Amino acid sequence: MIIEIALFAFLLVIAVAVARLEDLFAAAMLTGIFSLVSAGLFTLMDAVDVAFTEAAVGAGLSSVLFLSALGLTDRRERQQRPTRILPFVVVVLTGLALVYGTLDMPAYGDPTAPVHNDLTQTFLHGAEAMHIPNVVTVVLASYRGYDTLGETTVVFTAAVGVMMLLGRRREPDPVEEEPS
Amino acid sequence: MKAPMRMKDKIILRVVSKALLPPILLFALYVQFHGDFGPGGGFQAGVIFAAGLVLFGLIFGLDALKQVFPVVWVEVGVSLGVLLYAGVGVVSMLCGYDFLDYDALHVPGPMHGQHLGIFLVELGVGITVTCAMTAIFYFFAGRRAS
Repeated sequence: MIIEIALFAFLLVIAVAVARLEDLFAAAMLTGIFSLVSAGLFTLMDAVDVAFTEAAVGAGLSSVLFLSALGLTDRRERQQRPTRILPFVVVVLTGLALVYGTLDMPAYGDPTAPVHNDLTQTFLHGAEAMHIPNVVTVVLASYRGYDTLGETTVVFTAAVGVMMLLGRRREPDPVEEEPS
Repeated sequence: MKAPMRMKDKIILRVVSKALLPPILLFALYVQFHGDFGPGGGFQAGVIFAAGLVLFGLIFGLDALKQVFPVVWVEVGVSLGVLLYAGVGVVSMLCGYDFLDYDALHVPGPMHGQHLGIFLVELGVGITVTCAMTAIFYFFAGRRAS
């Protein structure tokens, strides 16, 4: 319990710091740390697969992508306009609405929660019959294989989009200066 | 990347990254092929493998990385993974089962058809994710500041 509270406090501090910092390099690094702390929280909740993904994507790769994007732009944020009150109010209200929404959710680990219905039992028994210990993999790759195919296609589409927008193959390696 | 100071001239970075690379790539393969038994799967494995490649690219430069992992591989791999995934579905349809019903892949022996199906599908995810992440790095890092 103490660990969870400590990690949540860390998340809060990091989030505020990211929003306040003007040094974009530090902000990018803190975003990675934010992901790492979230991964720790997910692990505490026994969601190791999610934690794994969060650590690999959020803390690992996206930091690098942020940095390589930073290499193309300035390291510091532009001078901010004076703080405006309306965006702040909107953000606070949205946050309160989200917190209010979670009040209706079943408590963490509640055995009567709707997710623990017959379908979950089906998945568990099915995974057992297939002799595959990791139920998450079974659900993702087999029961929801169609869904995962869609997700893979999304990744494919993203890569193709980046290639088409930023790639410039076929040109013989360009002379140093291009119009910029 | 445009690099005023070249990272590969820093001996600590060079040695540490060389020492880290094999374990990273090996771990990615472990996550890929052990996803049925432990946490992980194609997506995580692909990201970790790409992270290894990106680390190499950061330290030794984009050109060195392009020699190790040519851009053509990336372009082919991105599509190959999806093709492999959807191909499993088509094969199971040709066998008279539903799309992506891995029971169709049952071969005589102790291995469940689902095992083979999940293995192939996760492999497809892994290939696509590795190549997609590497592609994004290639094309972001390959640009020059305007």
